[in-house]
Amino acid sequence: MSLTLLIVQTLNGLQFGVLLFLIAAGLTLVFGVMDFINLAHGVQYMLGAYLAVMFYALTGNFLIALVLALAAALLLGLLLEFTVFRHLYDRDHLEQVIATFGIILFLNQGVKVVWGAAPLSLPIPDMFAGTIVLSPGILYPIWRLMIIGAGLAVALILYLLVSRTRVGMLVRAGATHARIVSALGIDIRRLFMIVFGFGTMLAAFAGVMIAPILSVEPGMGDSVLILAFVVIVIGGIGSMRGAFIAALLIGLVDTLGRSFSIDILRLIMPPSPARTVGPAIASMLIYVLMALVLYFRPAGLFPAKGR
Amino acid sequence: MSLAVTSTSRGRHYEALPVAIFLVLALAPLAAAFGAETYLLGLFTRVMIYGIAALALDFICGYGGLVSFGHAAFVGIGAYTAGIFSAHGITDMAITLPVALLVSALFAWLTGTVCLRTKSVYFIMITLAFGQMIYFVAGSLSPYGGDDGMTLKLRSTLFGFPVLQNDRALYYAVLVFLLASYLLCRAIVASRFGRVFRGARDNPTRMATIGYDVFRYQRVAYVIAGCLGGLSGFLLANATEFVSPSFMSWQRSGELIIMVLFGGIGTLHGAIVGAAAFLLLEDMLGGITENWKLIFGPMLVLIVLFARGGLLGLTQSLWERLRRG
Repeated sequence: MSLTLLIVQTLNGLQFGVLLFLIAAGLTLVFGVMDFINLAHGVQYMLGAYLAVMFYALTGNFLIALVLALAAALLLGLLLEFTVFRHLYDRDHLEQVIATFGIILFLNQGVKVVWGAAPLSLPIPDMFAGTIVLSPGILYPIWRLMIIGAGLAVALILYLLVSRTRVGMLVRAGATHARIVSALGIDIRRLFMIVFGFGTMLAAFAGVMIAPILSVEPGMGDSVLILAFVVIVIGGIGSMRGAFIAALLIGLVDTLGRSFSIDILRLIMPPSPARTVGPAIASMLIYVLMALVLYFRPAGLFPAKGR
Repeated sequence: MSLAVTSTSRGRHYEALPVAIFLVLALAPLAAAFGAETYLLGLFTRVMIYGIAALALDFICGYGGLVSFGHAAFVGIGAYTAGIFSAHGITDMAITLPVALLVSALFAWLTGTVCLRTKSVYFIMITLAFGQMIYFVAGSLSPYGGDDGMTLKLRSTLFGFPVLQNDRALYYAVLVFLLASYLLCRAIVASRFGRVFRGARDNPTRMATIGYDVFRYQRVAYVIAGCLGGLSGFLLANATEFVSPSFMSWQRSGELIIMVLFGGIGTLHGAIVGAAAFLLLEDMLGGITENWKLIFGPMLVLIVLFARGGLLGLTQSLWERLRRG
C-alpha cells in the first residue's frame, strides 16, 4: 500500500511542479529580461482560472473556453503593461513591488466584486474525466496526467523557442546584457512586450489547467506566486532550465513532505507529537531547501547573469 | 537606493517634526477623552504599534538599502511568543518580553545569514519566502489555534502587577516603547556603526575595500530591526488580546513597506507618520465601502508613479514652493 501511495504522491508532486513551472517560467523571463519584479503575476494566474470559468459557462466547451480565456488574459495583461508596468521598468525594485502590490489588492477585490467571494469550480472535460489504471491497484486521475503532459509540452516548446529562434536569442541576450541588445538597434520595448505577453499567457494557462481540480477563488494566486518566487530564486533568476528543475524539485519535496512527514517522524517520536510537529516541518521543507541552496550558491543553481 | 534622503539635506524645521509627532501622540488621549475614547485610543495604539515595526523596516530599508518583504514575520513571532506563554499561564513581561525579543533576534540572525548573502531582488524574494514559511508554521500549530489563532487570557503583567490592563496605561506604555525605539534607531544611524551601514547601502564594494565586513554590519542591523519587529508584535498581541497567523501574512509585510513609503523612506519619523496615514486611510476607506481595496490599490499605483518621496516628501516640496512664493 505504501508503495502505491508513494507512486501516486510522486505523480502529484510532479503535477504540482509542472504547474509551478508554468508560472515561474513567465516570471523568470520577465525578470531576467526586464529586471522587473512583478508581484501581479500570480493575479494573472487567478484571472486565467476565472476567465475560463466564465467562458465555460457561456460556451459549454472547455477547449473554446481555454482559448478565449488565454486571449482575454493576454489582452488584460497587455493593458496592464501599457498603462502601468511600462512606467515602472526603470524604477527602483521597491517601487515596482509597491505598485504591483496595489494591482494585486485591486484585482483580488475586483474578482470578488465581479464573481463573488464564494469559490467557483470548472468541470473536467468529459473526455479526460475519470481515472486510469497505471498498474494493478494504482488508479490515477487522467486530468492530472494531462496537466503533467501539457506542462512538459510547454517546457519543450519554450526550450525550442528560447534556444532555436531569433526572438529566443534576443531574450537570452536581453537576460544577460539588456543595454547592449538595445544599443545594437533592437526595439527593447517591443521585446519586453512580447516577453510580458507570453509570460501572462503561461500564467493564465496554468490557471485554466488547474481550475478543474482546485477551487477558483480570490487570492488563489498569492500563495502560488510566492512559491514561484522560491522556484526562480533556487533555479537562478532568468534561467529557464533552472526554473524547470527547481519547479519539479519544489513540487516533489513539498508534496512528498506533506504526505509522509508524520509517518517519518513516527519512527523517532510518539504518534501524538508527531502529528503536531509533522505538518509544521512539512510546511518548512521547501524554504529550508531554498536556504540551503542559497547558502552554497547565492545566485541559484543556474545563474543566468554572467556577473 | 536613490529614494533615500539623509535628514541633513532637509530644512531646519525638520527637527521640529519628530518632536511634534510625539507631542501629538502624548496628548492624543486627552483629546480622545472628549470623543469616542475607546475607539480613538485603540486606533492610535495600533498606529504606534505598527509605527514601531515600520520604523524598524525604515531603518534597514532606508539606511541600509535592505528591502525586506518579510518583516511581518517578526511581528508574528513577537505576538506568538506572548500568546504561547499566555496559553501556559505565564504573562509576566519580565519573562515574556525578553524571550520574544530573543526569539525574534534568533530568527533574524538565522534568516539574515542566508538573505544577506544575496542582493536586491533576491533579497526581496527570500525575505518574502521566509515570512511565508513562518506564516505556514504558525498556521500548523494546532495546539495554539492553527489557522484561526487564539485569544489571550490576560494582558502582560509586570512582576505580578497588571500594568497594561487599563487601555490608557497600555497606550502610554506603547508610546514609551515607540519613543525608545525611535531614539535607538536615530542613535544607531548617527553612530559609527550607522555610517558604515549607510556606506554599505551606497557602495558595498567600496566599504569592503576599506576593510569593513559589510555582511556582519548588515546582519547586526537586521537583527536589531527584527527585535523591534518582535517588540511591535508583542505589543500588538497585548493590544488586541488575540494572535493569529494573519499577523504575519505577506500582505502585512507589504503593508509595512507601504507605511514606510507613505512616510518617505529613510527618515525614521516618517515611518510613524506613514503608519498613521495608512491605518487612518484604511479606516476611512473601509467606512466608505466594503471594497476599499478597489480604491486603495490604484491609489498605491498612482502614489508610486507620481509622488516620489512619500507624504513627507510631498508636503516638503509643497511647503518649499509656498515659501518661495
